Amino acid sequence: MIKHISEPELRAWVDSLLEGPPVYAPQARQGRFAFDRLRRSADLRLDYDVTILPPKKYFLPQQETLVRFTREGGFESAVEAEPFVLFGIHPYDLVAINQLDAIFARAPGDAHYLTRRHAATLVVLDVETVSEHHFAGGLGQATVDGNRDFDAMLTRLPDGSYVAEARTEKGRTLMDGLADAPDAGPESLAAREEVWIRNRKALRKHRLTMAPERIPELLADAHDHPIWEEKGALCYSCGACTLVCPTCYCFDVRDEWNPGLADGERVRTWDGCMFTQFAAVAGGHNFRKSRAARYRHRYFRKGKYVWDMIGEIACVGCGRCIGACTANIANPVEVYNRLQEDTP
Amino acid sequence: MTLAAPEPLADVYLPRPARVEEVTPLTDAEIFFRLRAEEPGMVHGLPGQFLEVTVPGIGEAPISISSSVTRRGHGGDDWTWEMVVRRAGNVTAAMHRLAPGDRIGLRGPFGTHFPVDSRETRGRDLLLIAGGLGLVPLRSAIQYVLDRRRDYGRVTILVGTRSPADRLFIGELAEWAEAPGVRVLETVDTASPDWDGHVGVITTLLPRVEVDNARTTAILCGPPIMYKFVLLELHKLGLPDARIWMSLERHMKCAVGKCGHCQINGRYACQDGPVYRYLDIARTPEAIG
Ligand SMILES: Cc1cc2nc3c(=O)[nH]c(=O)nc-3n(C[C@H](O)[C@H](O)[C@H](O)COP(=O)(O)OP(=O)(O)OC[C@H]3O[C@@H](n4cnc5c(N)ncnc54)[C@H](O)[C@@H]3O)c2cc1C
Ligand code: FES
Repeated sequence: MIKHISEPELRAWVDSLLEGPPVYAPQARQGRFAFDRLRRSADLRLDYDVTILPPKKYFLPQQETLVRFTREGGFESAVEAEPFVLFGIHPYDLVAINQLDAIFARAPGDAHYLTRRHAATLVVLDVETVSEHHFAGGLGQATVDGNRDFDAMLTRLPDGSYVAEARTEKGRTLMDGLADAPDAGPESLAAREEVWIRNRKALRKHRLTMAPERIPELLADAHDHPIWEEKGALCYSCGACTLVCPTCYCFDVRDEWNPGLADGERVRTWDGCMFTQFAAVAGGHNFRKSRAARYRHRYFRKGKYVWDMIGEIACVGCGRCIGACTANIANPVEVYNRLQEDTP
Repeated sequence: MTLAAPEPLADVYLPRPARVEEVTPLTDAEIFFRLRAEEPGMVHGLPGQFLEVTVPGIGEAPISISSSVTRRGHGGDDWTWEMVVRRAGNVTAAMHRLAPGDRIGLRGPFGTHFPVDSRETRGRDLLLIAGGLGLVPLRSAIQYVLDRRRDYGRVTILVGTRSPADRLFIGELAEWAEAPGVRVLETVDTASPDWDGHVGVITTLLPRVEVDNARTTAILCGPPIMYKFVLLELHKLGLPDARIWMSLERHMKCAVGKCGHCQINGRYACQDGPVYRYLDIARTPEAIG
């Protein structure tokens, strides 16, 4: 099912969706953009460049309850999710979500993540406005290529109309409201193709000088490269790069009492390998004591460890870390290009 | 990549209710516990594996199984576990306040185990080296080996402790030494006036044991610093990396390969560790220390 719709038709359709399960979509927030609960279609900003936080927060929330406990030692699982629609995901963020899907599904699977993920309907949106730091093109993630998991896809054509395509049963159900719209003809499909070609070129604000598959090979020989010390020495260990990263999924777990102290919740919160105590153990030993070691770990994790695990580079080119880093050391393209330069 | 069809997935983070059955202080900082699950469905686990122990409202900590599955009815069945906990922080301090009958939670067992029942050890001489709290998980392996004594060759157990006051399982050490073909050697880093045993770091015991390097498998459990020095000595004795096994401690939160805390380069120590064959990690930066 591929439909060709006008902007007003799109808005009317989105308004009709708002009568159903919650819709989360990009909206303007303090001069930037964020995914948030959509209350009216007028707030929808399909022209956003990049959101402050990636949409992974709907599957791996900044804080979530894993288990409820009582003082007497009773435990109850808090796996739960209501259906929802995640609307307007850029292709690179979809890739990141699909990587997390694979990681959280790896045995033993994570019921909390997976239950939320199954409750979601994902609507991808091709990029209309290129951000200052987008480099997804060089990583092959500027458009949805290959076998990805999502339900529907929306592309704005240069004339301001949209092509809407359903990919799954969930997507077709979501697009029920567009049943009367005309099917997309060869012209609009060709125009969509043009958008993809444009985006693959345009999302290269930082230029990777190698094919992405080369990154794990470069890293394999780069454990002792001076760059880790050079850049790591400037790191504030603030963790901002990990918090805005769509593929970071490290977490902490802690217990919190409810008022009255009769019961409470075990909560999971985002954590990051850039924090100083992340790999510290009892007795005072810290397995990544130096900033350089933590900085290196992050790039190895993005470019090699996840690759070894699921065969994908865990950097999708969103550029959020570049903008978030106060020390100005977080540009992955600079790191990988430098390794490429220094590798014979 | 396709997302598997939704199915009711077990919640790997859900602790199972258990009770404290026995609490016995061993030293000023370490307490021996026997725990009992309140519902069936768990397994005891093998030497080297660990459980995540919950004190409700405080948190969870990974603690090694110190009992052996070979002792069913004596702490080694699928509903009882023995452990020793050193006070280190929040959860371990809360465990030190537990009394018999108190409710706790358990998840696991998790991780890899010492190769007690494999070609790596059967029919071979065993050199078991414990430093400090490393004796706690190694006790599980020692009980296992002694209960199936005929499956192995000579067994040598080396135990290093900071001071005589920190010694663990003193009575059992003496019992183990009585078993046929078993040698137990102990040392302390610093002696007290009443100590007439060996003094020195654990490596000073190695010259006192005979090691047939072609027949011996070594199993190490202790702090990273101990591994550095013991490995040097084992290499001098001609023991190949493929015959050396060790347990690597890491900060662990989830124990299911997700939270990232235990990561050693690309590995998750909670899943493909904590027990590793040294050959497999010898060239992994960050593995030892
Ligand atoms: C596989 C494995 C087996 C273990 N077996 C035993 C055992 O048999 N007996 C025993 O007494 N201890 C054992 N430990 C260590 C024990 O898990 C830690 O002492 C405990 O988790 C500290 O938690 P806490 O809440 O008491 O301390 P916290 O208040 O959390 O912190 C105290 C210190 O411990 C570090 N730490 C926090 N969480 C962990 C963690 N999950 N793992 C390691 N260090 C941590 C902190 O960084 C800090 O330096 C084992 C650890 C591992 C990984
Ligand atoms: S403890 Fe969480 S990944 Fe190993």
